[in-house]
Amino acid sequence: MPAKNDSEKCCYCGGCVGVCPAGAITLEETRIVIDESKCINCGACVKICPVGAMKLEKE
Amino acid sequence: MQEFDAIIVGAGPAGLAAARKLAEAKMNVICLEKKQEIGVPKRCAEGLGGGWFERLGIKPDKRWAVREIEGAALYAPSGKKLELRFGKTAGYVLERRVFEKELAKQAVNAGAKIRVKHPVTSAVRENGKVKIEAGVRGDEEEYSAPLVLACDGVETQTARMLGLNTVNKLNDIDSGYQYEMAGIDYEGDDLINLFFGEDGTTEGTAKSYLDKFVESHPGLKQGSIVEVNAGAVPVGGFLDDMTADNLLVAGDAAHHVNPIHGGGIGLAMEGARIASDIAIGAHNAGDYSHKFLQKYNPIWYEKRGNQLKSILKRRHLFESLSDENLETLVNSLTGDDVLKIAEGELIESAKIVGKKLIKYPGLTKIMLKYLK
Repeated sequence: MPAKNDSEKCCYCGGCVGVCPAGAITLEETRIVIDESKCINCGACVKICPVGAMKLEKE
Repeated sequence: MQEFDAIIVGAGPAGLAAARKLAEAKMNVICLEKKQEIGVPKRCAEGLGGGWFERLGIKPDKRWAVREIEGAALYAPSGKKLELRFGKTAGYVLERRVFEKELAKQAVNAGAKIRVKHPVTSAVRENGKVKIEAGVRGDEEEYSAPLVLACDGVETQTARMLGLNTVNKLNDIDSGYQYEMAGIDYEGDDLINLFFGEDGTTEGTAKSYLDKFVESHPGLKQGSIVEVNAGAVPVGGFLDDMTADNLLVAGDAAHHVNPIHGGGIGLAMEGARIASDIAIGAHNAGDYSHKFLQKYNPIWYEKRGNQLKSILKRRHLFESLSDENLETLVNSLTGDDVLKIAEGELIESAKIVGKKLIKYPGLTKIMLKYLK
């Protein structure tokens, strides 16, 4: 259920990091890293992503 | 462990402006940047308004101020265009790679150190100082300073590591997507930067809106995209307190952005310079407490922040309008009117609304409510 990043679509703008209320996402130089144990499945990252690279995984 | 008077995290316009200023004050300062190249990739930002050159004391240089900005166009949902002609050079489009390298050179010449490919992986307070680990995994180095300036953008982790919450709410952040296109036929230009921004509460991605726009303009559709940029723009949600013990925040990390047009290069540099003044004061006094550093807040708000808060209200106005309302505005107002309402003086804005929108009492009511 935690958020997933599609690294091919991703443009590394950092928007998902900037809105994540749980501090679960970090942006390395060209890699989005999601700490699944912190993710609260709120979907803020999905909403802000300009290219549709973030998804909430279905169970 | 390498010891400094201050550590700046992020080598964008804010971080580099701070690095130069602190170095000029003879402080031993290092600027840590996670990317391998300064200024690349940019995040949908390259316009710098003319007034900033004067305010920041920098001269436009043809090597990086590559294009004059003469106007802008606003499109209503139907596609109808409202042209804003500024009548004089209103600013420049910057080649960020060159611009920021120049800022970096100035900072280094003043005595600052810069390290690229040095992402900050941890920041903790220890004996009145902040210990930072930075560098590629397995190869991190330790840095220590009593002061940290977090200028690490919308995705700032440094502020968070030191206990300051800078997270953006979805309605206070715009998601932006941008194409640089060649081979187009548009207003006599053959090269254009197209930007689409939307707040995080809208359906559809910024990319999907921009693609639709290009698709519906044959002169654009025929061209090729030669560069893609994406960026998230913190267009509101200003921080009442941009400080903590040993910490000052500036630039996108502190949401130093114009809420209407999303411009933030000049604001970031101005914010960083104000933060630097406080940092120099703290260094001279040997006081790095939250209490000392928070003098930054009232100075920023008096100089710029309060103006941005008032512009934020105008943004909320434009956002509250329906598509139909927006069409009415485009049909009734001139580009000049819109400029005045967006940033201008309240009474003048209200006069425009009263005169031009007299046939639309519902819309007038909404507009005047926000202009109070």
